[in-house]
Amino acid sequence: MNEFLFGIYPYIALTVLAVGSIVRYERDPFTWKSSSSQLLRRKQLILGSVLFHVGVLAIFGGHLVGLLTPLSVWHALGVPSSVKQIIAIVLGGTAGIAMLAGGLMLAHRRLFDARIRARSSFADTAVLLMLLVQVILGLMTIIVSLGHLDGEEMTKFMRWAGGIFTLDGNAASYIEDVNILFKLHIFFGLTIFLVFPFTRLVHMLSAPVRYLWRPGYQIVRTRKGKKL
Amino acid sequence: MKVRAQIGMVLNLDKCIGCHTCSVTCKNVWTSRDGVEYAWFNNVETKPGIGYPKDWENQKRWNGGWTRTKSGKLHPKQGAKWRILANIFGNPDLPEIDDFYEPFDFDYDHLKSAPEMDAFPTARPRSRITGERMEKIEWGPNWEEILGGEFSKRSKDYNFEGIQKEIYGEYENTFMMYLPRLCEHCLNPTCVAACPSGAIYKREEDGIVLIDQDKCRGWRMCVSACPYKKIYYNWESGKSEKCTFCYPRIESGLPTVCSETCVGRIRYLGVMLYDADKIQQAASVENEQELYNAQLGVFLDPNDPEVQAAAREEGIPEAWINSAIKSPVWKMAMDWKIAFPLHPEYRTLPMVWYIPPLSPIQNAAEAGAISSKNNMPDVKSLRIPVKYLANMLTAGDEAPVVTALERMLAMRAYMRAKTIDGVVDHGIAKQVGLTPLEIEDMYKIMAIADYEDRFVVPTTHREQVEDAYDMRGGCGFTDGNGCSTGSSGKKMFGSRKFVVPTGGAR
Repeated sequence: MNEFLFGIYPYIALTVLAVGSIVRYERDPFTWKSSSSQLLRRKQLILGSVLFHVGVLAIFGGHLVGLLTPLSVWHALGVPSSVKQIIAIVLGGTAGIAMLAGGLMLAHRRLFDARIRARSSFADTAVLLMLLVQVILGLMTIIVSLGHLDGEEMTKFMRWAGGIFTLDGNAASYIEDVNILFKLHIFFGLTIFLVFPFTRLVHMLSAPVRYLWRPGYQIVRTRKGKKL
Repeated sequence: MKVRAQIGMVLNLDKCIGCHTCSVTCKNVWTSRDGVEYAWFNNVETKPGIGYPKDWENQKRWNGGWTRTKSGKLHPKQGAKWRILANIFGNPDLPEIDDFYEPFDFDYDHLKSAPEMDAFPTARPRSRITGERMEKIEWGPNWEEILGGEFSKRSKDYNFEGIQKEIYGEYENTFMMYLPRLCEHCLNPTCVAACPSGAIYKREEDGIVLIDQDKCRGWRMCVSACPYKKIYYNWESGKSEKCTFCYPRIESGLPTVCSETCVGRIRYLGVMLYDADKIQQAASVENEQELYNAQLGVFLDPNDPEVQAAAREEGIPEAWINSAIKSPVWKMAMDWKIAFPLHPEYRTLPMVWYIPPLSPIQNAAEAGAISSKNNMPDVKSLRIPVKYLANMLTAGDEAPVVTALERMLAMRAYMRAKTIDGVVDHGIAKQVGLTPLEIEDMYKIMAIADYEDRFVVPTTHREQVEDAYDMRGGCGFTDGNGCSTGSSGKKMFGSRKFVVPTGGAR
């Protein structure tokens, strides 16, 4: 069971994420969008959405850097595991609370505002609730982590994540004996990867940062000069 | 010099009767779909009024259009690129749908299905968003129709700036005019500039501004960027939509639906050649009142052999150059100087222009006393204050509006003298700086307004850009996957396609 959930399921989830996203982008670009509902109801959206997104971005970046940078790099930088864990708890905790607060506002709006509720697809509501459960699980793991601040537990996850990406067949065994909360958090996270291409989450792949260095402001298209 | 061509439009407000035919035909063709019921790519507003969406002209509130920095650079008023991106999670300048209006339908079915009752059954409104009962409809695309509502609310109209507006609330001094509005297909569009995805673009060959529906991600920055509020977020598809200038018709040499169906024959379409290299400079002149003249400076005279040669160099087809020479838009904007851009102070260099309306002489009792030369009343005595028109069309500069109104009055006086008294009055023409020939041409185009004089639209040379052999058996205009019928069956990725209206009860 452990082997399937943390050794095989990650590959299923990541494959669906990658292939599904490419297929959707290629075959159905018209559905690729952020699905903003601000036009229908501004109330709660701006504060909720800003808190939520800033929180998510910080947490996503933190997980990416924290899990996938090899331990040796941290040590070379002079950051022992215990210090790294404290940084992770403080930054992750703050971002998690921002995301939770924003997410609760958005969920309240989505479930109880007549307009938003009427215009939400099942996936819109489900993915928001999944993210909320996930951030709550994440915040609960902090309580567990506070019990062992030496950073040893954390290195297990780093080895596991590194193992998954380096095709280490034993990756699942590294986290066999961790607290159930961590396991739930990981399982839920992988499930979010799994459903990613079928929800509005795809909009994060088109975060328009290229806009910043797009030359000038105007865009003109021409059909001249196309080879016949 | 970089010559480009654009199909421009002029609306002769002097002849608009406010019948809304343009709006209705446009809606039937383009926006009779879920998610855009509230959107009117063309709407007709009664002025003075705050319009649709509410207060759209107040850029202190909506931050539409461009801002000129002290160093003379332009950036969208809602912010430079980094600022726009920073607001992407929540756009503080975005109107809510209630600023347009909550779309509704009526319970028509109740009229035939109601049981026997004491009272007549009625068809009460129901929201198209929630499907719930709406007790009261609060706003609509022509809510202030023919001066509906209190003057105190209507007079928040931005065009009253610098006018002692209280007297116009009095019954004797009241005035009104119609303002049909559509996308301006600007030379310097803010919507294009503000789109983080780069989905909005201007077409080089005819100047039409379009949104690539496959590239739009629904960041909704264009909605707030457009100072005319003519981009609409489709809350069903999650994409922005706008007036397409009926490009499939224009490409075939046909006028847009709003122009074709205008019963007052107030709309004109024609080619304008312009110098793309001059756009930035023209849009960034310091004094807002100079913007109108700066835009005139961007247009190129199609009769000039040098311009024609440069146009051919750019690959502009011969038919387009010939159409530019015959363009009614050129005549009205450049030769006679009677048409003006709407709110040039937004610095977008709009390409849908307006001829200001004449209005009755303000005070009949004074009519004998007012100054008049050659049977022409002083335009200052017209009911609509010149300053009001100038605020709308020339950033407050009254002189060009006065000249235009005088020329229109002169045309009437000249033709009255000619057809009734049989006298050709050179004095009238000279007084407004025109020749009798020009006045007669004005009369032919503005008063008679034959179809072929109003619409000089060359066809697009599609044979130069696509191989018809590859297009055989293709489908027409669809969204999404290939020849998708747009049916609303379950889709793998969750989203519904455009729903084809099926009629009957929905």
